Amino acid sequence: MIKNILNLGDAALYCDFGNEVNKSINSQVIKYFKTIKEKKFEGINNLTPSYNKLIISYDLKKTNFKEVKNYVENINAEDSIDINSKKLEIPVCCHENFSMDIKRLEKILKLSREKILENFLNKEYFCYMTGFIAGMPFLGDLDENMRAQRLETPRVKVPKGSVALTEQFANIYTFESPGGWNILGNTPLDVFDSSKEDKPNLINPGDIVVFKEITLDQYKSYNE
Amino acid sequence: MSSNYLEIIRPGINTTFQDKGRDHLYHIGIPFSGAMDNRNYLIANKLVYNNLDSAVIEFAYQGPHIKYSGEKINCAITGDVIFSIKKKDTEIEGKCYESYQIENGDEINIISTNKSVYGYLALGGEFDLKFQWNSCSINTKANIGSNDGKKLDVGQRINLKKINSNKDIKKTNYINTKIENIRVIKGTNFDYFSEEGKKIFYEKEFTVSKLSDRMGMRLEGPKIDNIVNTNIKSEGLIKGVIQVPADGNPIIMLSDHGTIGGYPKIGVVASVDYDRLVQMSPGSKIKFKEINLSDAETLFKLYEMETQNLLSQI
Repeated sequence: MIKNILNLGDAALYCDFGNEVNKSINSQVIKYFKTIKEKKFEGINNLTPSYNKLIISYDLKKTNFKEVKNYVENINAEDSIDINSKKLEIPVCCHENFSMDIKRLEKILKLSREKILENFLNKEYFCYMTGFIAGMPFLGDLDENMRAQRLETPRVKVPKGSVALTEQFANIYTFESPGGWNILGNTPLDVFDSSKEDKPNLINPGDIVVFKEITLDQYKSYNE
Repeated sequence: MSSNYLEIIRPGINTTFQDKGRDHLYHIGIPFSGAMDNRNYLIANKLVYNNLDSAVIEFAYQGPHIKYSGEKINCAITGDVIFSIKKKDTEIEGKCYESYQIENGDEINIISTNKSVYGYLALGGEFDLKFQWNSCSINTKANIGSNDGKKLDVGQRINLKKINSNKDIKKTNYINTKIENIRVIKGTNFDYFSEEGKKIFYEKEFTVSKLSDRMGMRLEGPKIDNIVNTNIKSEGLIKGVIQVPADGNPIIMLSDHGTIGGYPKIGVVASVDYDRLVQMSPGSKIKFKEINLSDAETLFKLYEMETQNLLSQI
């Protein structure tokens, strides 16, 4: 359930479902997201579900904080949510050409490169949400000993396809973009395709993802 | 093939098609996009008898040099822009907020924006553009929108589907005002920052960094010290959010921003000041001033009324 509703600026509601990150809280967020999305409240122009928050932004020309808050407080989020989860294997190359932050991770985690890869690869991760940039999946949870903070100053350009870690999560940069996660490898797979307007994202909330290592040669020939 | 078209002689450095933007896509990671300075976008369209949500050419700093071929058409440029219009035997210095009639062979040369960032070129008609999710706005990071999601390029030809029949010349006396302070509403992580840090945020000057674009504006200045945690669990963002990463330098989210972020939010720019914020060029000084939600709502209402007034007088 929503624990608290605040304003985020003058054109968005900040719905707080708690501070923990787990599937149960995340499912609550998704329930509210789906219910509000269905109802199409006049003036609401975007919904952003995340681990344990839901941001509802609205057009200040059409409505305001009080109206949207009142509306959200009186919603009964549907119990049945339909997450058509699928299991996906994502190829990743961790050659030194790509693993830009491996040295940093070795230092922070106090683990060898081999151990870091062994801990990361071939395990099932749950997709909590997508976003930041188009189609980027937020996957969890990494093992306790694999958790590192973001870079102090985010990079201005992270290469497309970068597979990166922060705290208990992994993600994939679907485009070159700024970003502050620790880069471990790169996938040759297109994780976002804007030509599919109905389903542009390869990975969706609720899906299970497993990273499989490929060599540099396999990477190079992947899209041939 | 259309007989009315533009040819790009020089694209400028950041030239894209923009319209009202696209909504209901944050949850898959696609931002609003759309014209950065909404008021100037609307005025440009109104000056040439377009629907207010029509596509225009947005440029930043150096603009495009364009050659037009086809039947007579009106054009108008808004913002604070230096440009000229070259006709057969004469070249005239252009004035913003005035429409001009151009004809076959005429050229529009947009030299640059003046102490500002964005300018808009509207043509009285409709460009032949691809729409994605109901908008032709170009998002160059995700390659979404018209022109394959890429900036306009040299030698490119852009067709017009339609030319407006009304070709009377219009003008308005709008002046882009600069404001001393950018008004902000307290962010959801305001208390993550030290007392000293909060004071710095409201009392000191910040400088707009060169590393600013349609996604975000990076600021430089005194560091804002975080005493709780320099990371939060990633959560949704909206345009205007001011995040402070561990290095203590604020970043303001702009129209092509990432939809999710994990740095603490110290504040959010009030909607009323967004159009003026985006026009602050690298090197400009910014000072933030706190306002509450209800004042922000009232000020936006007044700003919106002023915009509607301006439009109704054109």
